Formats: sequence, C-alpha cells, structure tokens
Amino acid sequence: MSKNGQKNGPQIAVDGYDFVEEIASEPGGESIRACHQCGICSGSCPSVLWMDYSPRKIIALTRAGKRQEVLSSNSMWCCATCHLCTVRCPRGIEMPELMHVLESIAIREGLAGRVSAPTMQKTLVNAAKRQGRVHELGLMGRFFLRTNPLAALKMAPVGLKLLLHGRLPLRAEKIEGTDQLRAIIKEAQTIGGAEE
Amino acid sequence: MKPRIGVYICHCGANIAATVDVEAVSEFAQGLDSVVVARNYKFMCSDPGQNMIKEDIKNLQLDRVVVAACSPQMHEPTFRRVCEEAGLNRYLFQQANIREHCSWVVHDKEQATKKAKALVSSAVRRVALQEPLEVREVGVTPAALVVGGGIAGIQAALDIAGAGYKVYLVERDPSIGGHMIQLDKTFPTLDCSACILTPKMAQAGSHPHIELMTYSEVMEVSGYVGNFKVKIRKKPRYVDESKCTGCGVCQEKCPWTADSEFDMGLSKRKAIYTPFPQAVPNVPVIDTEHCAYFQKGTCRACEKFCEAKAIDFEQTEELVEVEVGAIIVATGYDAFDPSPIYQYGYKRLDNVITGLEFERLCNAAGPTAGRIALNGGSEPESVAIIHCVGSRDKNYHEYCSRVCCMYSMKFAHLVRDKTGAKVYEFYTDLRTAGKGYEEFYNRVLEEGVILVRSRPPEVLSENGKLIVQCEDTLADCQRRIPVDMVILSTALQPRADAEEVGRLFSVSRSADGFFLEKHPKLAPVATMTDGIFIAGCAQSPKDIPDTVAQASAAAAAVLSMIARGKIEVEAATSVVNEELCSGCKTCVSLCPYNAISFLEDKKVAEINDVLCKGCGVCVAACPAGAITGRHFTDKQIFAELEGLLADVKLPLAGDAEPTRTAEAKPPLVAV
Amino acid sequence: MKQYSYFPGCSLKSTAVAYDESVRAISASLGIELIELEDWNCCGTTAYSSIDRLESIAVPCRDLALAEKKGLDLVTPCTACFRTFERVNSHLKLYPFLKPKVDKVLAAAGLEYHGQVKVRHLVDVLINDVGVEAIASKVVNPLHGLRVAAYYGCLLVRPRVSFDDPENPHSLDGLLESLGAEVVPFPAKGRCCGGSLVISNVDLALGLIQRILESADSNGAEAIVTVCPLCQLNLDAYQGMVNSRFGTKFSLPILFLSQLLGTALGVKPKELGFDKGIVSPDKVLAGHLQESVR
Repeated sequence: MSKNGQKNGPQIAVDGYDFVEEIASEPGGESIRACHQCGICSGSCPSVLWMDYSPRKIIALTRAGKRQEVLSSNSMWCCATCHLCTVRCPRGIEMPELMHVLESIAIREGLAGRVSAPTMQKTLVNAAKRQGRVHELGLMGRFFLRTNPLAALKMAPVGLKLLLHGRLPLRAEKIEGTDQLRAIIKEAQTIGGAEE
Repeated sequence: MKPRIGVYICHCGANIAATVDVEAVSEFAQGLDSVVVARNYKFMCSDPGQNMIKEDIKNLQLDRVVVAACSPQMHEPTFRRVCEEAGLNRYLFQQANIREHCSWVVHDKEQATKKAKALVSSAVRRVALQEPLEVREVGVTPAALVVGGGIAGIQAALDIAGAGYKVYLVERDPSIGGHMIQLDKTFPTLDCSACILTPKMAQAGSHPHIELMTYSEVMEVSGYVGNFKVKIRKKPRYVDESKCTGCGVCQEKCPWTADSEFDMGLSKRKAIYTPFPQAVPNVPVIDTEHCAYFQKGTCRACEKFCEAKAIDFEQTEELVEVEVGAIIVATGYDAFDPSPIYQYGYKRLDNVITGLEFERLCNAAGPTAGRIALNGGSEPESVAIIHCVGSRDKNYHEYCSRVCCMYSMKFAHLVRDKTGAKVYEFYTDLRTAGKGYEEFYNRVLEEGVILVRSRPPEVLSENGKLIVQCEDTLADCQRRIPVDMVILSTALQPRADAEEVGRLFSVSRSADGFFLEKHPKLAPVATMTDGIFIAGCAQSPKDIPDTVAQASAAAAAVLSMIARGKIEVEAATSVVNEELCSGCKTCVSLCPYNAISFLEDKKVAEINDVLCKGCGVCVAACPAGAITGRHFTDKQIFAELEGLLADVKLPLAGDAEPTRTAEAKPPLVAV
Repeated sequence: MKQYSYFPGCSLKSTAVAYDESVRAISASLGIELIELEDWNCCGTTAYSSIDRLESIAVPCRDLALAEKKGLDLVTPCTACFRTFERVNSHLKLYPFLKPKVDKVLAAAGLEYHGQVKVRHLVDVLINDVGVEAIASKVVNPLHGLRVAAYYGCLLVRPRVSFDDPENPHSLDGLLESLGAEVVPFPAKGRCCGGSLVISNVDLALGLIQRILESADSNGAEAIVTVCPLCQLNLDAYQGMVNSRFGTKFSLPILFLSQLLGTALGVKPKELGFDKGIVSPDKVLAGHLQESVR
C-alpha cells in the first residue's frame, strides 16, 4: 500500500489518445470524440443497471486509456441497440454503433470471454455466412451447448411451445449463392477491416 | 501619352514569398509595357512600404500604381489612401491578389510564380486603362432610428438623445421594457429588474429628443447610409394618447379577459389593457380579438367610464415616414418553447415550467403575488432546475445561451430564500464567466443547493411526484430524484420573424439564426450594410451588462457618423449613356437596389449615383450596351483577361489541333 | 399495382411465419405486389456489426446488389433488417474510404452495388404509398370495440424516421384507428423489449418485457399490435416466463399489424396465421372475425 492508502499507488494508464484514435478510425467510431459526458445516454439506457460501466463511463474510461477494463466489460454486450440514447444525445452520437465497434475490437483481442452474448452473435453470424439463412433451432442449440447447457433446460418450454406452433423449423435452409458468400467473406478477410 | 506605372510585389513575410518567387515576379513586371519601376518588399502595408510608393510617385512621376499582395478586402483602402496622400486619384490604383488567390492555394512553387506573374500582368494592363473618378460625399441626417424598446434599444436611444440628436424609438408591443421588465431579480447582484429598468424607461419616455412610437412597426426602409427613409406603421390603440391620463379606470371596468402575454399566460388581463403597471407610455391598448365591441358590437364600458374621453373606436392606423442617418436593430430574443421535448413533460405534466414562467411566478407583481406555488396552491418542498433545455443540443440549438447557468442559480437562490425547499440543479458545464458570477456560484453552493452533473433524459410523473431520472456523472450512479416542481432553463433563440426583419433592414443572419455582425471580434455592432447596426440579444444571447455595453457601442458608432456629418460614397457606380439608351426599361426592373428610374420626358433610364452599388447587372443586361460600369468598363475587363492569358498561344487557322501529350505544360492559370 | 422487391428476412421464415403469411395475404387488396428477392441471404442484423465491421456491411450488400438489378424499392416487414440495410446505404455514403473496400469484396463474388436501392419498412409503404385514407376505404370488417395497444418498439422510429416522431410516435395509432379499433394510451409504446438479449441476458430482457406488458394491460388493452418479428416473439413466447417470474397473470395476444389489417380488410383468418400465436388470440378476436369467412 502506498502512503495515501491506494493500492499500488496511482495507476499509469495506457495513453488514452491512442485508444481513442483506434476507435475513431473505424466507421461509426469517430463520434467518440464529440462526447460532452452529459450522461443523457446512461439515463435513458434500459440496460444500464446490468452494465459494468454505463455508456457514458465507457467513453470516459476509453479516453483515460483503460483498454483492458473497457474491452473486457460486459457493457457493450448489454446494449439492445434501442437507440433511445441516439435520439436524445445533444451531440448526435450514435452510441450503439460505438458499442458495436468496441465489441468487434473485444472479439478480435479475445477479451469478450466473460459474457455469453458474443457466442450468440458468432453462432448467428456463422450460420448467416455459411448457409445464407439463420436457423433458430440450430442457433439456440449450439449457443446453449457452448455456454450453459443447464440454461437450455430453462428455455426448453419456450422452445417446445414454438415448435408446436410451427414456428421453429427443424431443418436449416440454405441459399443457392453460398459460393458468392464464401467469396465475399474470403475477400473481406484479405482486406482485413473496415477502418480508414 | 503612355501611362507611367509603378508595380510593387509584397512578400507578406513568408505568406507570399515562401511560395512565390517574388524576385522573379518583380523582374517580370519590370519588363511589362508602361512599367517604369517594379519593386518587391517584405511588407508593403507597413510605413516604409507605403513611403516607398509615395516617394516613387513623387520622384518618378508615376501616374498609376499596382500592388501585388493580399486581398483588396484587406488593404485596398490602405493603398488608395497612400496614392491620394501622394496626390494621385485613388481610382488609379489596382491591387492584384497573389496571396488568397495564389500563394495560399497553389502549393507548387513553379505554378504559383507563374500564376502570380499572370495576375500582375493582368493588373498592369487594367490599371493602364483606369480613369480618375470623383469621390462624392453625402450628408448624414442628424437623427437615428432605434428598432426595439428593450434594454438595448432604450440604452442606445438615451445615449444618442443625450448627445443632442433626435431618436425615433419604435417598439412593437404597447410598452417598452422588452424581456427585462418581465424578470424578477437580476444576477449577480439580485437587483430588482423593474427597479433598475423603470427609471431608464421613464427617461426614454420623457426625453425631449426621443420620439417614442410604441405599438408600432417598421414597414419599409429605403435609401442608403446617412440618408434612410423609413415608413412606420402606428397600429391603432383605439385610445387617444394625447387625452389619456393613465388613470386605469377603463381596465378596471372592462368585463372581458384574455391570457396575459406579459405573465406568460399564467394570469389574465383585460381586453383593454396596459401590459404591466409601470408601462411606458402608460396608455392602454384595446385587443380587438377579445373586445366585445369589436367582436359583437356591444359593451363600450371603457368609453362610458373614461373621464378624459380618450377612447376612440374609430381610430385608424397611422403611417409615418421619418428620415434618419442610421438605424440600430435591437429586437431582442424569443424564449425557446420546450413542448417538442416530449420527455420533459412541458404542458403535459403539472408543475413543469419554463424560466420566464418562473420569473413571473417569483415576481411580486406576478400571478401569485410573488409566492412560488404549485398548481394546487401549496409551496413546493423540492424543486429541480434543468439546464440547457434547447441549448447545446444538435436537435434544437447547437449554441450555448450563455445566461442560463446564471439564471438557474439565481432561481435556486430565490427558491431556497422564499420557500426553503430542496433545490437540485442539473447541469453539464457551469458557465460563470462574468464579473461577480463565480462568487455568486460559491454563494449558491453555501446556501445548500445541490448541483448534479447530469443532463436528465426524462421527467416522469409517479404517485403525485415528478421524478427526474438521470445518471449522476460525478457520483457515477443512476438516480431517480422525486421533486414537486421542475423548472426548465430554456434557451434564448432568434425571434420568430428574424428572417423578415433581416430582409427589411438588409441584415443577414449567421448559421444560428441571429443577426450577423460585420466582424465577430473587431466590428460586433456594425453590419455589412453601412449605416445599419445591431445590438443586444438580436445579435447573440447575452446578459444585461453585455447588452448595455453593446447598445452604447452601437450608439457611439451612430454618433460618430452624425458628428462627422458626411459620408464618402463609392464612385465605382454605373452610368447611362442617354444617346445610346433606347428606353426599353430592362435595367429598371433588374436593379436589386432600386437605383434606376425612367425619365418619362427624355424616355431614357437614369441611375441614382448614391443608391447604385456598382454590381453591374444593368451593364450586362442592357441590350443596347448603353450602360457603363465606372471602374469596370468593358475595355478594362478585357485588358484584365488579356493579361491573364498573355502566355497562352492561340492556334492559328490551319494549324493542327494542339495535342495533349504527357509533356504538355499545364495551363498558366491554375484552376 | 405498385411493385416492390420483398425481403422477408430469416425470422419471417421461422418464428414469425405469421407475419410473412399475413403480409402476403393483404398485399393484393392494398394494391401492392411484393416480389420476393430471389436467393436472398440473411442480413446479419446487429449481431454481425459486433463481430466484423467490414463483413457486416458487405454481406447484406449482396442483397442490395441483387435488389438493384430489379430496379424496385426493397420492402421488408422486419425492423432489424430494415435498419441493417439502411446502415449499409448510409455508411457507404458517410465513409468514402469504405466504398472501394466493399466494391472489391462484392466484385470477388461477381457483384456490384451503386447505392441506388431505396430500402423501406412495410409501415412506411403502408402510410406513405398506400395511405391511411385508402386503407380505411377498403375496410369491410371494422374492428369496433377491439381495444389494442400499438407497440412501436425501438427500431421502427429510432434513430429517425420520416413519417413519425422518435420520442412520441403516433403513426400506428392513426392506422389502427382507421381500421375501427380503439387504441389505448400506452406509455411504454416505445420502450425496448430486449431484442436478442432475451437469449444472452434473459433476466434483463424479462424485466423489460414485463414493463411493456404491464403498461398495456393496466391501460385496458386486449391485445398488443407490433411490427417487429423479434418484439412479437419476446412479448408472446416469453409471456409465460414473465408470469412465472413476476407472479403476473398476463394473457395478452401479440398480433402483427398485418394480421389485424387483414382481418379488417376481410381476408380469411386462416391466411393470417392466428394459430401461430403462443398466447392465443381466439377469445379476443372471436367477435371480430367475419362470420362469412371461415
């Protein structure tokens, strides 16, 4: 403990400049520079009480260079993309876009392990790019198997009801143009990313 | 006789010289036709630079001068003055812009130097054909018009009248006073607003040099700086101002009511009314939309009871024309209406009010005699004040309204003082930059006001309380604070009719909608239209001290014009050659300044030298080519073009089409 | 008959088949022809933009490239698909450095996109192209006495939409009233249902769903009308879980706008997919389904 009681003394953070610029170079990320830290986004957010850090605080931490804390938090993954923040932000920031930029960086760096949402997104996206259609039953199945098989039991009644009402097809659909999708994915991966 | 031209290439420090090879350009200029001397110097606008020109004019008998430097917008007046001081007519000077049009936009040095040479060549050929022109002077009518009777208009009028000159003070409402007379106490001194304003109002109302025209509007402005003719419409009050004693019996006896605009709709007034007791003039006005006589032909109670026999239902509007030398537009601001911000609940939830509404509530002469009360009549136990409503918001107004932080804290103090209620202020940044303002903030903190750094997204109604939901950004937690009353600190915005008013006075507006000053730092009260000035919140949101300062600044500018008594008029205007004019009248309707009239007896057009701005529209439009633009004659313009294109070789007839090869030189004039 | 390219989206082929069925069933009577985009691929919704930024633009761009060849407006009833395609169009315009990358990616698949496709939500077409008055004139079975809560959700009116106010929307209210229904006040009409969080954070989502059901129920709604397949799924299929979690007794059928529209226009109930609702709408709609139609 240091003299004033702080653990390990004052932290020397990573230079916030670099982290902010990294985000600003992604399309949709440049709005991070505009924030006044007024908090209207957090006050509007339906998920804020579940987040490690509120949306406003995520931006503040980013500017302070707290890369680990931000990218490994669950905050972005709680975002429902409802855009209530976007409508009210006096600087016109599209917060959900910012959240998604952080999510993509978190995944790239393997820092999104604490939460189950990334697995769900990845499962959906894999189905989308391979078959061209998303098959809910398969998606749910894979998701629960990978994250929490016990939770699958809790959800089983809902799944059964949907199945009985003809809303959960058993077989996955596949489009004709899967080779086009493959070519798109391959080229996109060669280019590497969307940033400027 | 060949002209004797002096050419001066300015380095402008590194601004020009770092990109343009100024030595090469002055060498090139020396070789041009009729050029007697060509020099280059670090700063032509400096004293030594100016003296250089004067000496050459004297010693080398120069009769034309070209300076290649910055934009004429910057220093044409400077160099014209230099020529005149050396005895040369100012119109025998031409400035070539090799900075904004060359060194600042062309980055390649070779290209920039080439372009500079073309621009110099162009100016030299032009100046050779320029003629001396007579600079005219017009008188300045020693009177001023002030539009708007708020604190800005009142101050300006008092300053000008105090110097002994006539002022017409025109106000649209029945009384002067503007928004300031609606306020309760003013920050940071907590002076009672009416107490400090009414003496000035009384002075303005009784000053021998101020002609007060209330309930009046400007309809038309014509003329030019120093000589404006203004048509003013005096709306009928239906009360004879000369007979009315201001006794107030008519208002007492009138049985018909309407919402009081002065009290922001929180109380009622009569159909015949003065907006507030200290009105200047203290002469009532009949609101025909709520008066039974005008609507149904009945009542006439006011007429019955008026001992001075001042009621005149037959009164008609009066059109007055005045002549003034200058005009000050001080039309003030409108308060932002927060109704579009659905989530704040204004007009939807009880006890959510705006800043001006609170001023009236708090004011001893207001709807509750100064009691801060809720809808039911009881006093609040807790009050929330939300800053920046409509300000600093891309969805409404991006600018900061400057005064709201201070008036919000003033409200906080008044609420604590009068009711002892808990006060929460919701702010994002606190702006307390004026004299005594930071000290006022500290006082308010010590009085126990809680400041929450947050921009609340919503005001909800739950179980009889108003809940302010927000994220407290400093304590880093979500909060739901129950209060009895919410005050929305609303923005100051341009008047709803700012566009028409701007057109009327030829004043443009900045992107935020307020009237545009000539220069944001160096000319904050002048406008691009000579002789028309702006002051107060009409120019941008500001507090009372700044408004009064700006009003006095505008008055000083006006007084300087009037005291000098005359104004120089630009001589580069257009003139009709009567012999060539065929009387087709095309030019008359085209002139944007209404400067051309048609002489019926001679059947030719005539241009008013003083109204004409030399825009050239008539020159271009005249089918007979009968109009000449002085200082912009066809010959002069063609000479300029020839100078610019001097290095471009025209293909002769019979030559093959010039082919574009990889080695082809780029055009002389960089696009 | 105005023609449109039609993009149902993955949900409308599975959990929201009733939406697809009812939309197709009403199109003829509304004077619009919906031609399903051939071999369309999943747009990736918001999920894709969390995984890979470039792919999240390029993959839905395949659909836009295919639609551009048809030259018609692309209409989708799914709000998530609508916003995904809108995002592609606006990103390509806002970020000039993005277009060459996307062009290259599409070219690898033998496709190209020039930004010419106008993407519309079904409600936009109903309100702006068909028109509320025209719809009202075609009503043969007015829904008098049916008390509904019009649920807008998030993505229909936010971040912005040309035909309604993002903070206090009312366009669906007007449409439903023109069908003869009684639209109840509904403070939670624009609140989020949780979307896909119902899978990754079910506790969060259940709280949001409960708030919406409570708001509709306490204002006397007999049914909730929605225009988003995910909203319908959450409010309908998870209503049972909400009841057991919070001890409530909600029994609100969650209907698609197109289902009610179809009923009012006289379309056979069989074609409107009412049997697909987990919370059965039979009791609530009993008096409103036309007798001659079975």
